[in-house]
Amino acid sequence: MGSSKDIIYEFEKALLSLDKIETKRLLNNENINLTPNEIVSQIVVPAMERIGESWQEGNLALSQIYMSGRICETLIDELLDSSSNKRKNQPNMGIAVLDDFHFLGKRIIHSQIRSAGFEIKDYGRKTVEGLVSSIIEDKIEIIFISTLMYPSALSIKLVKEKLSDLAPNVKIIVGGAPFNMDKKLWKEVGADAMGSDGVEALKFINQIIKE
Amino acid sequence: MNTMTSLQRVLTALGQKEPDRVPLFLLLTMHGAKELGMSIKEYFSKGENVAKGQLLLREKYGNDCYYAFFYAPIEVEAWGADVIYREDGPPNSGEPLIKNIDDILKLKPPVVKGNLALEKNLECIRLLKENGADEVPIIGVVMSPFSLPVMQMGFEKYLILMHEHPETFEHLMKLNEEFIVSWANAQIEAGATAITYFDPVSSTSIIPRELFLKTGFQIAKRTISKINGPTAIHLASGRCLPIIDDLAQTGTAIVGTSVLEDLVEVKSQCNGRLTVLGNLNGIEMCRWTKREAENAVKDAIDKAAAGGGFILSDNHGEIPYQVSDEIIMTIAETTRKYGKYPLKR
Repeated sequence: MGSSKDIIYEFEKALLSLDKIETKRLLNNENINLTPNEIVSQIVVPAMERIGESWQEGNLALSQIYMSGRICETLIDELLDSSSNKRKNQPNMGIAVLDDFHFLGKRIIHSQIRSAGFEIKDYGRKTVEGLVSSIIEDKIEIIFISTLMYPSALSIKLVKEKLSDLAPNVKIIVGGAPFNMDKKLWKEVGADAMGSDGVEALKFINQIIKE
Repeated sequence: MNTMTSLQRVLTALGQKEPDRVPLFLLLTMHGAKELGMSIKEYFSKGENVAKGQLLLREKYGNDCYYAFFYAPIEVEAWGADVIYREDGPPNSGEPLIKNIDDILKLKPPVVKGNLALEKNLECIRLLKENGADEVPIIGVVMSPFSLPVMQMGFEKYLILMHEHPETFEHLMKLNEEFIVSWANAQIEAGATAITYFDPVSSTSIIPRELFLKTGFQIAKRTISKINGPTAIHLASGRCLPIIDDLAQTGTAIVGTSVLEDLVEVKSQCNGRLTVLGNLNGIEMCRWTKREAENAVKDAIDKAAAGGGFILSDNHGEIPYQVSDEIIMTIAETTRKYGKYPLKR
């Protein structure tokens, strides 16, 4: 087996070629002598970071991000059983599509966060009121909100307003096409940050954990 | 003073020559409802409303087309899916009509003639044709056979279909092509001057070029060749630069460009083969000041208008409902003032 740089590169290549067998072979811990958590942090996350950078530069397509995330998620589920204690100590997190009917962005971020060894509640589609109730009920600390339609993005303002009274410490991270098109929009809707992809979402999670 | 009709202006630009001024396509859909004092749902319930709305909008802003586009899910509505309306934005498609991949084998495309959703759109085109007196291009719209499944079955299932079930994918494309060709030609027959072929899934923002060449590209070539009128491929905010040469081979005349790409580069890559349509940022437009609107129009004209082959519009193919009349008016007035040929530098 080559150096960890080579493995990351080979793993990224296999993911983008949708070669499930090769990805599985590369992560086989008998070959690389790493613990499951080390495999995630030293191979999977760096490969996802490289893929995320290429996406942001316009060199990769959404379908590649989705399909590679899907493969990663299955591999990681096999490595880290979600019911075991191998998943990380982490803030309580949720993800939802707000007032919208476009689920792919949420699915991709959900899959990438889980591929990095975190657990996150998937709320599917929620209205403003429904999402705020779930956040309170589940004691969510970080909520990821995905939108495709511009009016849905504006609805995040209402979530922020309601949370300001009921749970002011909840961090709101937004993403989706309107935020990619208008880099100031996330501030306008009162979010704490925006992410163009799962890697940016992971950076934010790690930042919160450090704090 | 205008020295050309809108149609002459657009045709001259398409011929890669400079008309009297830069043509402007204000791709307004829901703003017609505001003009008529109606809810969006009521407005889109009749072809007559949308035709009236388009006539009023052109009278107000003096742009160079009638845009006979209702809403993205009109085609899936024709297949039997629900459309979900909201008060402040475009209607969305509801639950996908294809729940499981196997359902595709049982699907039958709808017949255009007599279909309630499509007939109201055709009625709108007929009314615009009666009022346009052949001086204003009427832009019809179809969702490409390749992009339609996002609404037919949901994006995630569609990506799985495309990657893992090639035979069923081909079957769905066959059904969609048959339907879309017949839908596009019904619009041409009703009086549409050209058809916008919305194909966001073909953008390299969504799929890599290698996959596009095997899928969306072949489908676009087959479909566009059967549409009895000129077409514009619009990738609805998605990137087009890496596939410009391929798009030029589909037989289309125009490409709608993304704000994510530089207009100078897009114009240069089109190299006279395609007319560039774009690319004002529709989302930022919602909070533009008048000065910002003027600057954006001037910047786009400076970058892409020289020599013709350019139509100014937003980058998505639909201006958001939240964009104010004042900003739309500023865009129109700046285009008239600053977009006169020969361009002042």
